[in-house]
Amino acid sequence: MIKHLPALLIVIPLLAAIITPIIGRIHWVLSWYTVTITTFISFVISLSLLQTVLLQGDISYWMGGWQPPWGIEYAIDNLNVYVMIIVSFMALAGAIYSKNNINVEIDEARKPFFYSVYLLFVTGLMGMVVTGDIFNIYVFLEITSLSGYALIAIGKKRQALVGAYNYLIMGTIGATFFLLGIGYLYLMTGTLNIADLAARLPEFYQTKAIFTAFTFLVVGLCIKLALFPMHFWMPNVYTHAPSAVSAVMAATGAKVAAYAIIRVMFTVFEPEFYTLAPFNIQPILLILAVAAILAGSIMALAQTDIKKMLAYSSVGQIGYIVLGISLMSVNGMIGSLIHLLNHAMMKGALFFVVGAVVYRTGLTSIENFRGLGKKMPLSMAAFTIAALSMTGVPLTVGFVSKWYLAVASIEIGMWWLVPVILLSSLLTAIYFWRIIDAVWFKPALGEESHGHEHDDHQKPKSNDAPASMLIPTLTVAMLCLVFGVFAYAPVSLAEKAAVILLK
Amino acid sequence: MEIIESARPVYAILVSLLAVVFIGISGKYPNLREMWTMLAAVLKFGLVVSMLPIILAGKVIEYHVTTVLPGLDIAFRVDSLGMTLALTASFLWIITSVYAIGYMRSLDEHAQTRFFMCFALALSAVMGAAFSANVFTLFVFYEIITVTTFGLVAHEETSEAIKGARRYLTYLMGTSIFFFLPAMFLTYNYAGTLDFASQGILAGKASYTIISIIFVLYIAGIAKAGMMPFHAWLPSAMVAPTPVSALLHAVAVVKVGVFTVVRILLFVFGIDLLSEIGLGTYLAYFASFTIITASILALKQDNLKLRLAYSTVSQLSYIVLAVALLTPSGITSSIIHITIHAFGKITLFFVAGAIFVATGKKYISQMDGIGRRMPFTMAAFTVGAFSMIAIPPFGGFVSKWYLILGTVEAHMLPIMVVLVASTLLNAAYFLPIIYSAFFKELPTDEVEGLREAPPMVVVPLVITALGTLTLFFWPSLLLDLARMVVSLVM
Repeated sequence: MIKHLPALLIVIPLLAAIITPIIGRIHWVLSWYTVTITTFISFVISLSLLQTVLLQGDISYWMGGWQPPWGIEYAIDNLNVYVMIIVSFMALAGAIYSKNNINVEIDEARKPFFYSVYLLFVTGLMGMVVTGDIFNIYVFLEITSLSGYALIAIGKKRQALVGAYNYLIMGTIGATFFLLGIGYLYLMTGTLNIADLAARLPEFYQTKAIFTAFTFLVVGLCIKLALFPMHFWMPNVYTHAPSAVSAVMAATGAKVAAYAIIRVMFTVFEPEFYTLAPFNIQPILLILAVAAILAGSIMALAQTDIKKMLAYSSVGQIGYIVLGISLMSVNGMIGSLIHLLNHAMMKGALFFVVGAVVYRTGLTSIENFRGLGKKMPLSMAAFTIAALSMTGVPLTVGFVSKWYLAVASIEIGMWWLVPVILLSSLLTAIYFWRIIDAVWFKPALGEESHGHEHDDHQKPKSNDAPASMLIPTLTVAMLCLVFGVFAYAPVSLAEKAAVILLK
Repeated sequence: MEIIESARPVYAILVSLLAVVFIGISGKYPNLREMWTMLAAVLKFGLVVSMLPIILAGKVIEYHVTTVLPGLDIAFRVDSLGMTLALTASFLWIITSVYAIGYMRSLDEHAQTRFFMCFALALSAVMGAAFSANVFTLFVFYEIITVTTFGLVAHEETSEAIKGARRYLTYLMGTSIFFFLPAMFLTYNYAGTLDFASQGILAGKASYTIISIIFVLYIAGIAKAGMMPFHAWLPSAMVAPTPVSALLHAVAVVKVGVFTVVRILLFVFGIDLLSEIGLGTYLAYFASFTIITASILALKQDNLKLRLAYSTVSQLSYIVLAVALLTPSGITSSIIHITIHAFGKITLFFVAGAIFVATGKKYISQMDGIGRRMPFTMAAFTVGAFSMIAIPPFGGFVSKWYLILGTVEAHMLPIMVVLVASTLLNAAYFLPIIYSAFFKELPTDEVEGLREAPPMVVVPLVITALGTLTLFFWPSLLLDLARMVVSLVM
């Protein structure tokens, strides 16, 4: 049993995805229970795998007993077990959160299907992370994408259909690029196993075919990642999808795409490749990352819809992740990896709060956040913590990421990146401060005329989100603080992974 | 130096943090709520005082809380410099609490629970800053002070208050993120550590150019010290209720600012390094500019609180100037002035608040003859003002005396001219108030007769005024602490 844990990680949610709509016919809540229990099991398996990896080293699981490179291998090391925990934890939090949240955003009859697709989405993500076979990554990528399109379109909002359609087009282009890249790799080396590829590739490093393959792979994944300027499908998706979906997708989908890029760039290919490539890859990624950081923050400033603002803020945050990758140093990679976790928590918490506001008021305009501090104090406290964290205030997780990125920039002599990081922090502070200011210091819409209120006269009634939404929200927000103070635990894990990647 | 491991500094921070919870839950019962504030204030002062004998015996107290990242620790270290700030702030918190209760109740202010909660939070952060063992901890608490006092500045929730509070936040947060944080970052990058050391940590670690850049970043980043051009937040903060202006914007917040400057200058750069590069001299002249300009601006203000605010800007730069001289007397002056100015300025603000409570007057031009109606209050004002001008026998004289000695030791006679000019300017903006209060006729529509503010407002300001006198006659404790710092860093 223990030996088969890597396979169970995929098999359990996959089977549960089939069961969910069936038992959902009895009552939809049963499908919610299935999803919660399944994602919880995934999370526990991930933790147990982490323990195994830490104590006994990397795991290689042969699917069906076939020896790699002929069979499919599930290869688990420090890097993917780390991503696995992020994905399964956020999937669990999202599942718990969705129970009440989807009441307002998804039709009653569709709920069992929603949960089924949700599990497929999680299966796809976990599969991409766990597998050691590059073609398998493609397969799971498609599972993720297809279920992702369905998740977005399942809500009540009709605009979501357009968003899902755009995403479908872009996602398919991205996946096709990725597949083409794999095709070239297979053509040259005759293998699809990542470890095997890594061993065989160096002799072909100078060929045009391999360089083409690399470009296809990375561009394809960058589209899935929504790296600026390939981000334009994303804001509409996050804006119109049900809030629980936006939260989980922002917290996990982009993270796994980033993981895939790191895998391709540093495991399939090795740093040596970048010195032999016909043109210099590092500055291109670096410039894209910086452009993403600045453009995302600036566009976020201009938004009036909170979900759209968070989506553009994600564009900027993805820039941070790519920035760390493009520095190609251990500290940069730590910054990148730690930001995978940190951004998952921060953005997850923010979208959770937005979902709670939608649940209570049905509105997503920033204007609507005025005076919510008195009506939804706990949710807004979580929002404030996550927002401070996004800004990079010390003792929150955001600071840790930025610290490592800044250290890495200076290490390799790129001074000018520090002001860029600072500037984007300032912009982030501005666009979040607008909201925090409105939440705590402005009267609610339509209540301005009461004038100077004395607090003991009339206190607006607290009407916070239900517990099933508050608990995951507050937990994730608290983790933003916990891992901000005791940052060394995740950092040490990220450090191990980074050292192996850049060996 | 003997090191004692003890969590007492942490308790001193936690006590008011804990009080916040109790204040919050007993918001419906004002008397109970105020009891928590008083209890926390007294306990905090007690805890600080209990550490005093250890510090005076030449030992330091250390406590390591956690390591955030390698090189970034949350850790505390109580030494004579931090002790001076902690003693001053925690003692004056007791007095201010009494005053604040009287003030807030007399004016029937709204949101008093939030007010006292933010106040206690801010005081926790001040203790944290005073006891910080490294730049990172200091930075964290520096930021917490900004955030917690924002709620106090915005207290009135009028559009003017919100505007002032935004400016407050923009200046303090903006400069700290844009200058202080990179400075800390560069320090870490070159020195490899952020722990304070008595001879500095940067010497020999980087070229003079880099060190100068770091120096400029720090000075620009610590806007709480009120140096021009980043001083405008302080007048803006005067929209806050007077107890806030008194304790936070004359004592706690701004003193944390100058304390941070002193700390960074002496314990990050170190005296030798600074005098080697000559950075101290530049800073001294830069501070002189603020001293003179702020005094001139103070002359023009008719709003009493604004005049006091500009006076604070000017007086803070005395502290920066004094430490920038890098001589024993200069450093002594800067450290004792932290406390001496605190007592003087808090008295003056208390008076401004008392006048507002008793008569509703805010402007100096309305205050003719007010000394006859509020003799105790205006007597205390006179004491505070004389201390600012540095007339004996008031505290201000002691610190100015050492400051003058310091300029002589540093052979910087032009600074002496600045001091004389500033003393005259101080006299020029304080004496007319005293003159018109006591010697001008009351406006015709007002009746003669005693009309003081409530005792809870008047007693605290009399106590702080007496404190100013005490500091002249018995400055020995303060001077001992300052001498210990000097012997540490010299």
